[in-house]
Amino acid sequence: MGKVLVLILAALAIDIAYAADRAPAQEDPQLDQRVMALAGTLRCLVCQNETIADSPADLAKDLRKQIREKMQQGLSDRQIINYMVARYGDFVLYRPPLKATTILLWFGPLLFVAAGLGALFYRLMRRRKDAVLEVSEADRARAAALLKSDSPEIR
Amino acid sequence: MLAVFIALVALLADGLTLDPHVVPSPLINKPAPHFELPQLRDANKIFSERDMVGKVWLLNVWASWCVSCREEHPVLLEFAKSDVVPVYGLDYKDTREDGVALLERFGDPYRISAFDSEGKVGIDYGVYGVPETYVIDKRGVIRYKQIGPITPDILKHKIIPLVTRLNNG
Amino acid sequence: MIPEIGQFALALALVIALAQSVISLVGAARGEAAWMRFARPAALGQFIFVAIAFGCLMYSFINKDFSVAFVAANSNSALPLQYRIAAVWGGHEGSLLLWALILGAWMAAVGIFSRRLPEDMVARVLGVMGLVNVGFLSFMLFTSNPFDRLFPVPPDGRDLNPLLQDPTMVLHPPVLYTGYVGFSVAFAFAIAALLSGRLDATWARWSRPWTIVAWTFLTLGIMLGSAWSYYVLGWGGWWFWDPVENASFMPWLVGTALIHSLAVTEKRGTFRSWTVLLAIFAFSLSLLGTFLVRSGVLSSVHAFATDPRRGIFILAFLTVVVGGSLALFAWRAPRIGLGGSFDPVSRESLLLTNNVLLVAAAGSVLLGTLYPLVLDALGLGKISVGPPYFETIFVPLMTPALFLMGIGPLARWKKASLPKLAQRLRWAFAVSVATALLLSFTIGRASVWVSLGLLLALWIAASGVVNIWGRVSNSSGTSLTARFAGISSAYYGMLLAHLGVAVFVVGVTLEKGYDTQKDVRMGPGATAQVGGYTFRFDDVEQITGPNYTAAHATITAMKDGKLIAVLHPEKRVYASQESPMTEAAIDRGFTRDLYVSLGDPVDSSTWIVRLQFKPFVQWIWGGCLLMALGGLLAARDRRYRVETRRPSIAPYTAPSTAAAGVRLGSTVIRETLH
Repeated sequence: MGKVLVLILAALAIDIAYAADRAPAQEDPQLDQRVMALAGTLRCLVCQNETIADSPADLAKDLRKQIREKMQQGLSDRQIINYMVARYGDFVLYRPPLKATTILLWFGPLLFVAAGLGALFYRLMRRRKDAVLEVSEADRARAAALLKSDSPEIR
Repeated sequence: MLAVFIALVALLADGLTLDPHVVPSPLINKPAPHFELPQLRDANKIFSERDMVGKVWLLNVWASWCVSCREEHPVLLEFAKSDVVPVYGLDYKDTREDGVALLERFGDPYRISAFDSEGKVGIDYGVYGVPETYVIDKRGVIRYKQIGPITPDILKHKIIPLVTRLNNG
Repeated sequence: MIPEIGQFALALALVIALAQSVISLVGAARGEAAWMRFARPAALGQFIFVAIAFGCLMYSFINKDFSVAFVAANSNSALPLQYRIAAVWGGHEGSLLLWALILGAWMAAVGIFSRRLPEDMVARVLGVMGLVNVGFLSFMLFTSNPFDRLFPVPPDGRDLNPLLQDPTMVLHPPVLYTGYVGFSVAFAFAIAALLSGRLDATWARWSRPWTIVAWTFLTLGIMLGSAWSYYVLGWGGWWFWDPVENASFMPWLVGTALIHSLAVTEKRGTFRSWTVLLAIFAFSLSLLGTFLVRSGVLSSVHAFATDPRRGIFILAFLTVVVGGSLALFAWRAPRIGLGGSFDPVSRESLLLTNNVLLVAAAGSVLLGTLYPLVLDALGLGKISVGPPYFETIFVPLMTPALFLMGIGPLARWKKASLPKLAQRLRWAFAVSVATALLLSFTIGRASVWVSLGLLLALWIAASGVVNIWGRVSNSSGTSLTARFAGISSAYYGMLLAHLGVAVFVVGVTLEKGYDTQKDVRMGPGATAQVGGYTFRFDDVEQITGPNYTAAHATITAMKDGKLIAVLHPEKRVYASQESPMTEAAIDRGFTRDLYVSLGDPVDSSTWIVRLQFKPFVQWIWGGCLLMALGGLLAARDRRYRVETRRPSIAPYTAPSTAAAGVRLGSTVIRETLH
């Protein structure tokens, strides 16, 4: 009887151990969402054109696990991001940070538009000063007559 | 406008010499992250970076499943024999049997190999593609990281001069 | 033997190209008629020989000739026939040959369809295109020969990348390249204008249809690439702001600016030097794109295998072509003159604003794409610029442009009245705002972005209706059908293309605003709810395909108990590759897609499944199709095809200034009188 009990307990223990090894924790969908949301803002360093959320690479899986553990430990999103950047550098950020070296990156487009519109405005204002050809009444009449006729030179 | 174009061309020309895939480590000139791992060959013994304070040393991240590691393995063996600097290993995301089997088959350049089965220490060190090698100085600060296999060229031009400088300084 | 013939054909084509460009350009400069007449047959000759070379390479692929290195690298004995053919452009060398083939085709087309153009212009245009061809042919022959042999001959090839083994692979590169390369025609026209010092409305009339056709193909090519990545890559994305995608998008943006600028130059004779500059930019960006993809300077999933030597060659070629044209522009542009004037509020100024916004957008995309390289080259660290940056930048830039799309087509040339425009459009605006708000509250969660996107799309559509209503009621036809028929094809093209943009915006807005996704562990019988649909995992089995084995899952999608679709996502392992490929299963619909893909296996019968509900995603590509259709309609407009019906006018040769002035003048007078 004792032996049977031990066997059952052993079987249970093995089963539990096996299950823990096999099953990714699916019991917390909200945590999952938070993990994937954060992982979606980080770049996978192996498949460098995907996020850690989407990448099938082993490293991405490990990092998703890491993110999950850190979240369960109570770290905030910002803290986890700093954790990643401390280890992998700014490259891991999908959205480039705003630093001294990236000011031109973030404000460049605005500069382009401003410069373009400015140049356009300047040009327009300058053109106004150029003489505008005024069409006299007599010329208008002549033009109307030409247009009405079937003369082949005019479309 | 022509000036902008010329600057662009210069940039692109320079870009040809760079590798866009290489991610430089933010850990350069920072203390090596702390770890305590069982040794590969003896699970009862622990290896930590603290054991190496006072010495200049190399930490080489490798794995039995890593194909490029085989490329650098003979180079490492030669280098370890020359005793310029002690070489230690970090067996990353491997099984003990496979790791030991590889060392038995191809030779063991490592004084000790630490066994990082889950890769947690690898993450702390910013490992993203084995093989990677770190040069760590006497105070335990990372001075250089080599991404990709070590070649005799890299040894000659980067690692050995650096190690010499660190040993004398 | 065949590969050697191919290589010889290429060399011959290069010689002809060299001869042709030199003779044509010098002949045009000197006015030597015989030399200029050499251009057309020489262009045809180049096309024929490159086509022969292309045929030889295709032959080698079809017959599995693995002694040719390129074939061995991109093919396999188990590869089905259609992919053996598509594999011709599955790698760097072959795709270059495709590029040269398409350039040859464009040159032949220009040669054939330009009977009414002055000889010196044709000679110059073909001469410039010939020079470009010289560049590509020498690039191939000296650094990237598709016909290099391999010794010893391998028993089998390395296989075409499984991602490329897809029907869209047959279409996407050729269509895309037709667009890219087509901008060389606009470029050649621009350079010809600079060289001759003559740039009038007629020049714009001639180059416009070519540019529109190129733009149409580029639109289609980008659309195909996006649709393809949607279903092939397995996680439901359709645009990643990947450097190579950006490399095709930048010429598209500038190309769009160009076709609008050409419209003005043709109609009013203004913007001439700006149009020329845009044509140079558009093609330069095409070339830059070629460089970025093949040089290894940027990391991308699309990038071809690289070699620094190739990068240097393309960069040198790029420098010569672009630097040369910019220098030519700086030297000759002042001679071209300014053209007619226009008010600060007029169709011209609105179109110029559109141009500024489009070019700024292209510049921003370029900035974001190259910025990591800039920092890396300067030793300032390594960053990565991903979609969050591009989306943050692009949307605010394009929003005003979208708004202007409603106003521009209604504004008068030369001088428009803001009050009058406001009056004509006030109902359209009100309807758009009301509908946008209504829709965004009823469709799903209300969101500012969704409302804004819908507003812009509705605004474009509503103002389009106002536009055509105005045209029809003001036209002089008798019946309604006659009035509609009297409107030009180009006008319909413009409306359709703008409508396409509106449809595109709806698709993007609603997809991004309301798509939902879940990653669920599913075993047999498990169900999950996404987007109002219920998905049931039925089973998964192992199957074998022609050159792969796969886990083939069956998942049933239901809504309110009714069966909607049975989906079969797969995880394939190709014989020649190690990492598995995800084949998504998609149930396409007019208002939504259901997208199911397999993640990782948990055990033999349980998988992590990604379920996605993607509303209105097909509108994204539908919008692009409408844009392309609009382009086709615009290009086939009668005024580009109709011969002068007046036999008393001699065939068009070098125009005398007086005649040109009268043609231009009459158009101006007509506009101001009406």
